[in-house]
Amino acid sequence: MIDLGTTTLAILAQGAGESASHGPLDFMGALFVFMLATFIGLMAIQKVSRLLHTPLMSLTNAISAIAVVGAIIVAAGKDAPVYVTALGLVAIFCSTTNIVSGFLITDRMLKMFKKREGAAK
Amino acid sequence: MTAANLVQLLYLVATGLFIMSLRWMSDPETARKGVFSGVAAMALAVAGTLAGVTITGGTHYWWILAAFIAGAAVGYPLAQVPLTAVPQRTALSHAFGGLAAGLVGAGKFFLYYGQRNESNLGPTIVIALVLEILLGFLTFTGSLLAAGKLQEIKWIPQRPVTYPLQNVINLGLFAAALALGVALVLNPLAGWAPVAFMLIVALSLAFGVLLILPIGGADMPTVISILNAYAGLSAVAMGFVLNNKLLITAGALDGSSGLILSIIMCKAMNRSFTNVLFGAFGQTQQAAAGGEAKSYKSDTVESAAQVMAQADLVVIVPGYGMAVAQAQHRVRELYDQLKKRGVTVKFAIHPVAGRMPGHMNVLLAEAEIPYDDLVEMDEINGDLPQADVALIIGANDVVNPAARADKTSPIYGMPIIDADKARTVYAIKRSKNPGFAGIENELYYLDKTFMLFGDAKAVVGELARNLAEAGNH
Repeated sequence: MIDLGTTTLAILAQGAGESASHGPLDFMGALFVFMLATFIGLMAIQKVSRLLHTPLMSLTNAISAIAVVGAIIVAAGKDAPVYVTALGLVAIFCSTTNIVSGFLITDRMLKMFKKREGAAK
Repeated sequence: MTAANLVQLLYLVATGLFIMSLRWMSDPETARKGVFSGVAAMALAVAGTLAGVTITGGTHYWWILAAFIAGAAVGYPLAQVPLTAVPQRTALSHAFGGLAAGLVGAGKFFLYYGQRNESNLGPTIVIALVLEILLGFLTFTGSLLAAGKLQEIKWIPQRPVTYPLQNVINLGLFAAALALGVALVLNPLAGWAPVAFMLIVALSLAFGVLLILPIGGADMPTVISILNAYAGLSAVAMGFVLNNKLLITAGALDGSSGLILSIIMCKAMNRSFTNVLFGAFGQTQQAAAGGEAKSYKSDTVESAAQVMAQADLVVIVPGYGMAVAQAQHRVRELYDQLKKRGVTVKFAIHPVAGRMPGHMNVLLAEAEIPYDDLVEMDEINGDLPQADVALIIGANDVVNPAARADKTSPIYGMPIIDADKARTVYAIKRSKNPGFAGIENELYYLDKTFMLFGDAKAVVGELARNLAEAGNH
């Protein structure tokens, strides 16, 4: 799993280097990245302890707030009409809500999971 | 190295950190590192994006800052909700995630349309845009409705809502949205394109509501997982629109997580995706319920406490009822009292117990019960024949033996916790009504089963107190 992860990271690195943040879409490259990331995700998630499925979901919630990247790009656009900027700003607000609440509540929950006293020794 | 490459490099590190974040979740020992790495990844992503838009000449920074602050101001209290409310908080944040994706998609479409630049609205981009809109907005309304159902808001129906031709209407709406999408892909710059686009938005919003209306409480863990996957996939679609690989990778990680959780939930209920989404659980079993009236045996808390005190192994099976009654801290008291007497206490956790995946584990962890004693269904079932007592706290369908034997039961084939194999069964139940799914539970009529009627918190508290007092003699 780790080996696969490193190899894939190398491929991802190659893909990421090819295009600037907002160039024309390299569709096939993007599709490759999508497929590889999905496989990594499936393998990593399968190993997640069932104990932690609720924190897992709130963590991935926070991770999917990566939409904030798109929201910033839209909101910061220079020649955009006002309503487009407004849409971007509302999207930033929504994503930030998820980032803040998602990470905080995940950590709050994880802090509660404790081993039986003495069992660790 | 160009500035654009630097941005990509930040994105790359962020992607790696997101992957590690999920890997560290495999063990409660390392899980908090996972949160830290997720936060670091997100910080890099935001920093990289801000740098990127600055290079290409961004603006509105004060407004962006204001949006960040407002989001943090709303997000912080949302992280402080009681843990029993975590399912609805999760649904609500799926709604926010879907809305964000939908709004970004809408913003991009109108921007490109306004520029009248055909190369920006090529077929692949428009396909991705339509998917982003569809997934984003249906996740938005669907998750809002799910959150409302979980919060038990009065005017939102809890029970599944069904009406004639439901699936035909839903599929019709979906087909209409797809047809509009195809038309848009073929003519992205047509005069009617904005209208078609807004119609797709409206159809997606409606579709989200209609999709969740017929789904009841027992299916919520599955539905939340599916919505989780949709929120991730809408971020992926956004990544295709913006040619942004960080969005694609992070969205795919979220999507695969939602997918795996949905599969686990479906397996734990012996149902398929389509059956959950289009099956309208909870309506079908009226026919089965009207059989001959059987009678329960109930028992007093005192004698139940005595039996438990003399047991070697007590298996506690918690369910949604424990969450509703907020009984987890009383459960901890009972656990302590039994442990003090040398009784082994284990918790049997069914994957779909509660209203979201892992719900019971979090509540019991909150009550500081060591996670070594929280045992998964498959593992605990081997121990149950040796158990002296199985104590059911607000669980119902997950211990219903009808799932094993009764082919007419709607839950037939669902894997269950074998509570009926324990020597004695005590079941704490609020009332004599059947559970959320409305299915009669044969377990309650067995000779070895005794009912303890009452609020779970009160009954468990009584049990613990009885044990404590008996110990003082």
